[in-house]
Amino acid sequence: MADKPFRVLPRVTPENEHFWRGGRQGELRFLRCRACACYIHPPAPLCPRCLSRDVAPEAVSGRARLATYTVNHQPWYPGLDPPYVIAIVEIEEQPDVRLMTNIVNCEVDRVEIGMRVSVTFEEHEDVWIPLFEPAS
Amino acid sequence: MTEAVETEVLERRAAITGIGQSDVGRRLHRSPLALTVDACLAAIKDAGLTRADIDGVATYPGNMDTPPGFSGAGVTEVQDALRLELNWYTGGLELPAQLGSVVDACLAVACGLARHVLCFRTVWEATAQGDKGRASVMSGMGGGSYRAGGFMQWTLPFGAPSAANWIACYAQRHFHEYGTTRRQLAQIALNARKNAARNPKAIYRQPMTLEEYLAVRMISSPLCLYDCDVPADGSTAVIVSRADSTSGLRRSPIAVEAVGTAIHGRPSWDQWDDLTTMALRDAAAMMWSRTDLRPSDVDVAQLYDGFSFITMAWLEALGFCGKGQSGPFVEDGSRIALDGQVPLNTNGGQLSAGRLHGYGLLHEACLQLWGEGGDRQVAGPEVAVAASGGGPLAGCLLLTHRR
Repeated sequence: MADKPFRVLPRVTPENEHFWRGGRQGELRFLRCRACACYIHPPAPLCPRCLSRDVAPEAVSGRARLATYTVNHQPWYPGLDPPYVIAIVEIEEQPDVRLMTNIVNCEVDRVEIGMRVSVTFEEHEDVWIPLFEPAS
Repeated sequence: MTEAVETEVLERRAAITGIGQSDVGRRLHRSPLALTVDACLAAIKDAGLTRADIDGVATYPGNMDTPPGFSGAGVTEVQDALRLELNWYTGGLELPAQLGSVVDACLAVACGLARHVLCFRTVWEATAQGDKGRASVMSGMGGGSYRAGGFMQWTLPFGAPSAANWIACYAQRHFHEYGTTRRQLAQIALNARKNAARNPKAIYRQPMTLEEYLAVRMISSPLCLYDCDVPADGSTAVIVSRADSTSGLRRSPIAVEAVGTAIHGRPSWDQWDDLTTMALRDAAAMMWSRTDLRPSDVDVAQLYDGFSFITMAWLEALGFCGKGQSGPFVEDGSRIALDGQVPLNTNGGQLSAGRLHGYGLLHEACLQLWGEGGDRQVAGPEVAVAASGGGPLAGCLLLTHRR
């Protein structure tokens, strides 16, 4: 993938801003319930576990494990050249919180299910896209 | 999980009494409404009804703007074109997949809101996409200012605009956990092509070999081009009638034995709990909880094949084989062949006959039960399953036609 490939960007709203702009401080952030400590993703106005409405953004470690992936070979967008790895990762703090992402700084054929990865951000305009690379 | 129901299975008050289909092809360059009325009028006639008898309409996904060719015609266009007098209607996307609209029709006739419901699904993706990219891609190519919202914000920024990418992630996990191989997955596509050769309306009918399958370009590993269905133009319609209103009709009705509409996991492609299953796990379990019939009673299976892996997942979810065992089950193709244990996607499915989006499979299930499968007719089927959807969308129907 080129240094800064083309990316469709997310529409930033008050509900998702913590996620898409946390990278400005190098932080991967999710909503978290202050009552039962459950991470909530995608953002919702209440905790799905205990139904508390006392939820607020909080940074996680950025470490994750690769649950599954695909090597995309189809040129969907000019400026985003295949092949590239699309993965679903599970965050270390709570594995049922998952992100679809790209695995970068890694040879395509070195990617494998179960590998440990850590977040890295790619800045585009007013958002920071969370990508993952092999954990050092 | 799904518990056996004690109450009356009300969908049994519904029956399928007619089917119709427009021309099907690549780039027919006909308006989606023209295709739709062809299918609808054919279905009404097939049932032995007239349009004056139709008092309900159900469709998927109804009127929506994008992606190109995905939405053919909505309820209002069809109602107005045919000047129908409706007591009940529905059209929408948030349903248990494409056949969820047929389930709605079953419920409408079961509780007396309508007597004969016209159900249809129209696609014109082949024409609408022209020579540009695949129409079913939710790419949001609206220009530089486009920004993704809703679920798409979690996929588009990562260059994953297509269900091909999302399903590929599930397939890869299945390969990892169960040792499933591309050679096994290939059988879904090869079986479809073999059956399509016997279907004059199928889009791709020339033989395909395993070597050709393995050599064709990859789309999103482990899914290659032949694991993806074929964008098509076409409309399919079925008539759902009250079971007590079928006397005097042209055909002997197909009984609705049970439907499956459940989704117990999170309604999402990436947050779903078990990345080797999909919502079809829950829909299938629910369907079996509503009947005494068992998977071994099924004579013919029409299982959604928007991508080949979805069909594998349906085979497991419906209990034709054990969880994780779809690879070995389909391995040499014999069990899913026309003369096999579970004749599968007998018209060539969406992979070879064309992406008629769930309704094509239901149409074929009915055709088989009525013994009108022509060169691809399975010997004397009495029980069929038609299943639609993948990812967080799933709905299925168990149909019977006793001889």
